[in-house]
Amino acid sequence: MTLLEIHEPGETPLPHAGEGTLAVGIDLGTTNSVVAIARDGKPAALHDETGRSLVPSVVGYPRSGGIVVGDAARLLVTKEPRNVVASVKRLMGRGAADLHAVAGVLPYEIEPGSGETDMVKLRIAGKPRSPVEISAEILKALRQRAEAALDRPVERAVITVPAYFDDAARTATRDAARVAGLEVLRLVNEPTAAALAYGLDKGAEGLYAVYDLGGGTFDFSLLRLEKGVFQVLATGGDTALGGDDFDRALAERMLSERKRDGIADQVDEGAVKAALALARQMKEQLSDRDKTSGRLEIAGVPSFHAVTRAEFDAMIDGLAGRTVEIARHVLADAGMAPGEIHGVVLVGGSTRVPLIRCRVAEMIGKPPLTDIDPDEVVALGAALQAEALTGGSDTLLLDVTPLSLGLETMGGLVEKVVPRNTPIPVQLAQEFTTYQDGQTAMAIHVVQGEREMVADCRSLARFELTGIPPMTAGAARIRVTFAVDADGLLTVSAQERTTGIEQRIEVRPSYGLSHEDMADMLYDSLEHAEEDMTQRLLTEARVEAQRSLLALDAALAKDGVLLSAEERRAMDDARRRLEQAAASEDRDAITAAAEALEALSKPFAERRMDRGIREALSGLSMGDLERRVGE
Amino acid sequence: MDHFARLGMPVALDLEPAELDKAYFARQRQWHPDRFVARPPEEKARASVEAATLNDAYRTLKDPLSRAIYLAGLKGVELPGDGKTIDDPELLMEAMEVREALHEADEVETVDLLADKARDDMKNALSGLTGLFLRDDKPALRKALLRLRYLDKFAEEARAKRANLERAKA
Repeated sequence: MTLLEIHEPGETPLPHAGEGTLAVGIDLGTTNSVVAIARDGKPAALHDETGRSLVPSVVGYPRSGGIVVGDAARLLVTKEPRNVVASVKRLMGRGAADLHAVAGVLPYEIEPGSGETDMVKLRIAGKPRSPVEISAEILKALRQRAEAALDRPVERAVITVPAYFDDAARTATRDAARVAGLEVLRLVNEPTAAALAYGLDKGAEGLYAVYDLGGGTFDFSLLRLEKGVFQVLATGGDTALGGDDFDRALAERMLSERKRDGIADQVDEGAVKAALALARQMKEQLSDRDKTSGRLEIAGVPSFHAVTRAEFDAMIDGLAGRTVEIARHVLADAGMAPGEIHGVVLVGGSTRVPLIRCRVAEMIGKPPLTDIDPDEVVALGAALQAEALTGGSDTLLLDVTPLSLGLETMGGLVEKVVPRNTPIPVQLAQEFTTYQDGQTAMAIHVVQGEREMVADCRSLARFELTGIPPMTAGAARIRVTFAVDADGLLTVSAQERTTGIEQRIEVRPSYGLSHEDMADMLYDSLEHAEEDMTQRLLTEARVEAQRSLLALDAALAKDGVLLSAEERRAMDDARRRLEQAAASEDRDAITAAAEALEALSKPFAERRMDRGIREALSGLSMGDLERRVGE
Repeated sequence: MDHFARLGMPVALDLEPAELDKAYFARQRQWHPDRFVARPPEEKARASVEAATLNDAYRTLKDPLSRAIYLAGLKGVELPGDGKTIDDPELLMEAMEVREALHEADEVETVDLLADKARDDMKNALSGLTGLFLRDDKPALRKALLRLRYLDKFAEEARAKRANLERAKA
């Protein structure tokens, strides 16, 4: 018997609602973007009339009016270079303070005054435009392409983001989709999407790795695939490492060859650009040839350059080795050995370089999986997830947080609340307490990163928990809860437990952590772990010393009369010595001075306790006392 | 509900990893927010909380050491917060000696030896826990768990040091 479903009034779903529109998968890339659709578990990239699936992520605002995207915008560069924007993804969720990271990459005019407390804006064709609205133009173009190809309205999408995208960049991506009239069903991490494309297609099981080497960034993720479950175990990367570095190595060689041959070049921006363009071409040719040559012309002076595959390999060997090193760290994070990997999925145009394929094969002892176009694989995976979310499927995607989230504690130390590689969604809480007697407010500073000191991590947000009732230091119980949702977005709330005062904020930093910063921070943490530990121990000793000093001062102010003049002098001396030690870099000296002060103040503490008890009892009759004990 | 009950596992120190995964996947299939994309906001919120709780339970029980610490907590054995001073003089001595050795190590091989020893010590100490739980020897449990936590941290430090040495060499 079929049971009738009864809905809340006003919530009755329309029959066949949602059937008219389709959900697509979108890879919104730095250089190129792709839109794809999946039907019955079969994904396909959507092409334009000429059969190309890649849409260059370039937006143009021609003088003649209107907006152009993709190849048309690229063509506009030669005529109206100042009216064209490329690589806008690098600015998503970024503030003025992040601009140094993209200096020299993006030769755009920044809208004055923007980026202080908000995302930077670009001044293009005489108008300020935000990265969100520029990205929205790319998304609109992809949406139009999809609607033309499918002959149906497209209103929902799964959009991929780099695993290392922070909160601000993820929010900006969602906002851009909204501007483009797309509802985001889910933000999915790019490597996870790539694995999805392979896994569902091949019915794969076991441990898989995704090796994603793009133009400027490298990501390595480990996933376990099991009966439709995609479980991300660990992820890591370096965003200052990519195919562009290969071009640079080759370009430098050509410029030095010219110098060797006596050509006195003025190495300006134009010369470097010409060398890089040729280097890129030659690099691509070396993917299926053993040697190649090219002609470089700078300021009318031509030169000819030949390079063999072996020479090129030698140039980029260090870079390739670095990706392998990062991959090994990710494996160690997950407690796995390279031999346990069943297959490696290659993503990104730079994985076409033969040496890269060779080094990856060496590391895991089997050839990488290359049968899906590395430029399309992410969009295909996103399309599969879009279908799974709308059409219903048995696929389950379990992702993780790429970087640790924590709070600033005394002395600028970081207390990690959500460690990296924690499965999401997640809600974790930690209790903190007050540091001073009578403290009524507590500053909550949310940071992201792997280092021990706040100064080395990325600040995400600050807020203040106020109205804590005055108590002795250490008596308040402040519970800070971090919640990360399935899109990787963070919410932090704080509550004083003894009174129930609660304050909640959505962490929405005005500008986020740069893609580059995130990976740098992760790898910095490995490099600095030891010095961090020393610094941490020193800071802890200082905080402890400060705490003793505060407690002593409070005790002296209240019960100072219990000490003889001599005792008081000795106490003051010990106090001064601890203060001096705390200002030094010598942890052992701090500890020794703290112990000396503690030993000295022990009898004082005992006398204070006696006095406290006497005071509590004075004026009480025997009967009062008995009643009190009985309470 | 404790983490074991949440995942439908027996309250035990030794769990079959495959069984734990199976139970976790089955429950995430039911509660993961991806299953609630088209549902009303209240249901979405509920799913998000359920999925988060499952993740917390899974993360705690997956790792043998965090599972042991959690189980001990259920039995009333409280460990001092992370990063607090070690109050066991024996362990303090052991930690200081090994830390110093790690600090002075300037070869990858030396670090590897120290890390291997820490791993072996961990393995032995972990297998020794079963008996302590059976006897319900709380002071001994607390001592063993503190030592395990220290060993775990040390292994992590050794890894960082090794990466440093390798980087310096390259």
